[in-house]
Amino acid sequence: MSTATSTASEGKHYLNAKHTVLSWLLTVDHKRIGMMYLVSLVVFFLIGGAAAVLFRLELMTPAGDLLRSETYNKLFTMHGIVMIFFFLIPSIPAVLGNFLLPIMVGTRDVAFPKLNLASWYVFMLGGILAFVAIVGGGVDTGWTFYTPYSTMYANSNVILAVCGAFIAGFSSIMTALNFVVTIHKMRAPGLTWFRLPLFVWAMYATSLVVLLGTPVVAITLVMIFVERAFGLGIFNPALGGDPVLFQHLFWFYSHPAVYIMILPSMGVVSEIIACFSRRRIYGYKFVAYSSLAIAVIGFFVWGHHMFVSSQSTYAGMIFSFLTFFVAVPTAIKVLNWTMTMYKGSISLEAPMLYAFGFLGLFTIGGMTGLFLSTLATDIHLHDTYFVVAHFHYVMVGGGVMGFLGGLHFWWPKMTGRMYPEGWAIFAAIVIFVGFNLTFFPQFQLGYHGMPRRYHEYPADFQVLHIMSTAGASVLGFGYLLMAGYLGWSLKFGKKAGANPWDARGLEWETSSPPPTENFLVPPVVRHEAYAYEFESETSPESHPSSESSA
Amino acid sequence: MSDSHPSYLAHQFDDVEQQRQASTMGIWLFLITEVMFFGGLFTGYIVYRGMYPEAWKLGSHELNILLGAINTAVLILSSLTMALSVHAAQLGEQKKLSRNLLATIGLGGVFLVIKAFEYKAKFGHHLVPGEHFHFEGPFSNQVQLFYSFYFTMTGMHAIHMVIGIGILFWLWAQSRKGKFHKDYYNPVEVTGLYWHFVDLVWIFLFPLLYLIGRH
Ligand SMILES: [Cu+2]
Repeated sequence: MSTATSTASEGKHYLNAKHTVLSWLLTVDHKRIGMMYLVSLVVFFLIGGAAAVLFRLELMTPAGDLLRSETYNKLFTMHGIVMIFFFLIPSIPAVLGNFLLPIMVGTRDVAFPKLNLASWYVFMLGGILAFVAIVGGGVDTGWTFYTPYSTMYANSNVILAVCGAFIAGFSSIMTALNFVVTIHKMRAPGLTWFRLPLFVWAMYATSLVVLLGTPVVAITLVMIFVERAFGLGIFNPALGGDPVLFQHLFWFYSHPAVYIMILPSMGVVSEIIACFSRRRIYGYKFVAYSSLAIAVIGFFVWGHHMFVSSQSTYAGMIFSFLTFFVAVPTAIKVLNWTMTMYKGSISLEAPMLYAFGFLGLFTIGGMTGLFLSTLATDIHLHDTYFVVAHFHYVMVGGGVMGFLGGLHFWWPKMTGRMYPEGWAIFAAIVIFVGFNLTFFPQFQLGYHGMPRRYHEYPADFQVLHIMSTAGASVLGFGYLLMAGYLGWSLKFGKKAGANPWDARGLEWETSSPPPTENFLVPPVVRHEAYAYEFESETSPESHPSSESSA
Repeated sequence: MSDSHPSYLAHQFDDVEQQRQASTMGIWLFLITEVMFFGGLFTGYIVYRGMYPEAWKLGSHELNILLGAINTAVLILSSLTMALSVHAAQLGEQKKLSRNLLATIGLGGVFLVIKAFEYKAKFGHHLVPGEHFHFEGPFSNQVQLFYSFYFTMTGMHAIHMVIGIGILFWLWAQSRKGKFHKDYYNPVEVTGLYWHFVDLVWIFLFPLLYLIGRH
């Protein structure tokens, strides 16, 4: 085994197996597809981030002096559409999930590799359509495409943007379908359900949400499309149509979509905390089942987006209660992670810092969600910056932090190189500070009544807005710094061995980067997950850190 | 390795049984997404039907029940020929397989042609929603809503039919090359499940659009 690993690390792996551009574009290797997603997502993240830079600059002054209101509306719409549909939703599943899931379950590839490749093309097609809509005049409906504005008044670029989101949805369905079948049917011998890494459980729960939710938003976007493009009347109030029906259908997907963005992060955090505390995750089964519980309960809370749009009070009360209830499995996870760290031997490498960041920020995001799920306070807080701050704490503080933590944790596995630890720790702190400086003032802005989606505001709010913009600059600097050293490490980083963190899990038992077929010898699993109390399965010589084996 | 890996076994699978199970599970998951997809439309239909029962009745009165019934029969028959195709593939009966696939394609085509005539008639009667919509009688706006659902639902169904026919053509071409036999017939089986599902959608659409509320 040890000799096999070391010869592999000198020889062929998935990156150098073939070199032509075509060999990437036509690849069915899940690892290469994951890397293609990574590159595409970075581009989308830059586009979405650029929009944010512009409107944060505009918001430095109370007057609308940099952008016209119309342009401002287009920018926040672009930011929302790109960041949600083309970055956050695919981020962890399509990059880390694609790369790691087959390795973690000990198989050669996902169940349907061609479908996996197709998902990337479909995703890019959707992204290009949305991009054309943005460049060709812009869309100003907000990422939610609310009717009747989107169907009757907004400019017709909305048709293209809707098509883009619709098409991108298929790519997440393809990925999710692949994951569920792979987990069910392709686990290595000995790898029972309760020996699976919690990342795999999280991917499973996420995939269920994708499979059940995405088709509903797809048909909802189709309804917008036929109404807008062919003049049918589905939500048209003039014909007796009901715009609130659109909101119900839209949020039936788009609330669970929050869990599509957050559950994968929770999976990543489980892996990181176990590794850097050197302990098995406390209450493994609770953490595993709580992912499923979140996936299920998450489908019954969508009405909290309609507390003030003509939903009956009784429905509001039920949705309010259920929304509180969905916090329970989340709290179970946070408790179990904390218990895992208790008496663990904790080390503070960059992935662990991101995991800490996740815990703190996501908890704030979750707790402020309780303010919003309370009917009475929501009447005051809805459609204010409080909501904006809340979902950024959840989706960026939770989703993006988890993604970055995972990216650092598995970077050596994916690229075969270590990132520079010192720079990474520095960037993690910069990102954490920048994030809080950006979004914490927005809680206050919202509480004091600053509505979202306006480019002008009373002068009283200026100080908080300037703080927010300053924070956004710090945050942006942190991201660029990270892009810089990660790019640098591709060429100059220290060579990583198979298991630089001395972590447990099948992905650490193959070389870095893994060979095309993932394992030279098909693995057999003999341990529970996170067997940190035992010596690593791979004998010390095959350990990457011991340079002598190479 | 190569002797245990026949050409029809994809590299990621250990054996034919695993491959078969994976593709069966895959298509069922896909059909669940389809249920949710059409479920959104049916939800809209039900909500509006509850709001405007009279208009829904008036709208369905204008539909051609005879053509709808013929189409229902055509689709049920096509499900039979599809099932026979799967059976023939399992037994490795090449001729029977190609014949039944062609019959399924033909019946699917007949359905679409009849549907096209129905659509054309609706254009003639100004029952297509939009500027030219015209309905003599009460609730004309809500009847327009009914027809919006009629066209969206049957249109989505028809798109699924067209895709299905495309896949059937591909299967037919493959079957002519003798690709399917008793050890490898997943594509036929999986397409069969899809085809039955699309038929089933129509089995719901026909009563909901044409029959309910008619006296
Ligand atoms: Cu929500």
